[in-house]
Amino acid sequence: MQDPYYRREHLAQFSAIGESRPDLAEKFFAYYGAVMGEGTLSAREKSLIALAVAHAIQCPYCIDAYTKGSLESGADLEQMTEAVHVATAIRGGASLVHGLQMRGHHDQLSM
Amino acid sequence: MPSCSVNRFEQALRKHGRGELAAERLDTLQVNVGRLCNQVCRHCHVDAGPHQTGADVNMGPEVAAIVERVVRSGAVRVLDLTGGAPELNPSFRRLVEAARDAGVHVMDRCNLSVLLQPGQEDLAAFLADRRVEVVASLPFYRRDRTDRQRGAGVFDQSLLGLRRLNELGYGSRDDLRLNLVYNPTGAFLPGDQHALEREFRRELTDGLGIAFHQLFCITNMPIARFAEWLHRSGNYESYMAVLANAFNPAALEGLMCRNLISVAPDGTLHDCDFNQMLGLPVSAHVPRHIREFDSAVLARRPVVTDSHCLGCTAGAGSSCGGAVT
Repeated sequence: MQDPYYRREHLAQFSAIGESRPDLAEKFFAYYGAVMGEGTLSAREKSLIALAVAHAIQCPYCIDAYTKGSLESGADLEQMTEAVHVATAIRGGASLVHGLQMRGHHDQLSM
Repeated sequence: MPSCSVNRFEQALRKHGRGELAAERLDTLQVNVGRLCNQVCRHCHVDAGPHQTGADVNMGPEVAAIVERVVRSGAVRVLDLTGGAPELNPSFRRLVEAARDAGVHVMDRCNLSVLLQPGQEDLAAFLADRRVEVVASLPFYRRDRTDRQRGAGVFDQSLLGLRRLNELGYGSRDDLRLNLVYNPTGAFLPGDQHALEREFRRELTDGLGIAFHQLFCITNMPIARFAEWLHRSGNYESYMAVLANAFNPAALEGLMCRNLISVAPDGTLHDCDFNQMLGLPVSAHVPRHIREFDSAVLARRPVVTDSHCLGCTAGAGSSCGGAVT
């Protein structure tokens, strides 16, 4: 069987990245934990942001982790779907707004 | 589901250098009066439902009389009544009266919709008059997720039940405790209990005007109807791995089996309601039936475990009173 680039078990094995340069891994995971804990935003809101970002960067590990994280923190499918649409709108909008650059170049080059 | 060979919970204990689990005291008599229920929930660990009317699965008056005697003896501080819908058992009210007469705190694990059942019109007032703590199941604050787990229309009936309790002072008066029970609607762990309580309060209290005291988060146990679903949906192994990976030794101290004994409808004794459903009685070295009840011996008994016990030690831990850490 062909070895896939993405392997499901890597998500659970994420901490193994610290087997080299554990000092850096420790800093990263401490920062990650601090960011994702309860703050002025709720755990549910942070999970939904993470879920949206996961779709924007198209990371299968993050989609897996934050689908579960969103459910655990009390989000439902409607909210999760809205979060994915937010990511989609921003990605689409980011492409579209570059159309103004295209228009500028067009106008510069055209008689 | 009882494991065929490996007790994964025992493995986890050993891995963390812990010895066998044992009770440390006996505060609570949790009595499962039977499987008769007006609902059929997909996660139900006792396979309860309206069809469960048999004498073999519901507590009869003889066993209830022995329970009553134990409760009146002052051997326990708390009587925790569960089912099925415990209120549908003909002995329910008698047990409540006996406990309150003896100064024993009573908890009723209520599915809320039972308050609207024909013949139960006076139930909410009965509970309030006796200052019974209501522990009410409400798996989610949204209609779709609740109904998917508990059946069509259950969310709206639950709200009606909650409003009936609120009108009597439940949820706002200190002596009329109303706690809600959340359990995940699938193969995932409950999130942080305090964070989820805030979400429930925002939706139920701010949004719908429902008052309650606390939210208890309970992990779904991989047994009975929920285990069947886990197997059918291909989630069983990954769910067991989630529970094992989330094993939290700090949760061991607060496990309900350490201060509770569970009584089955036929009077047999178990370390918890889950063991009861799996047919795992208490250790053979201690009394195994309510008629031989001995609080001093039961308070120091070794606890019988199996892989499903990982459900109570995952993450923040889980008990009948929610997270334990």
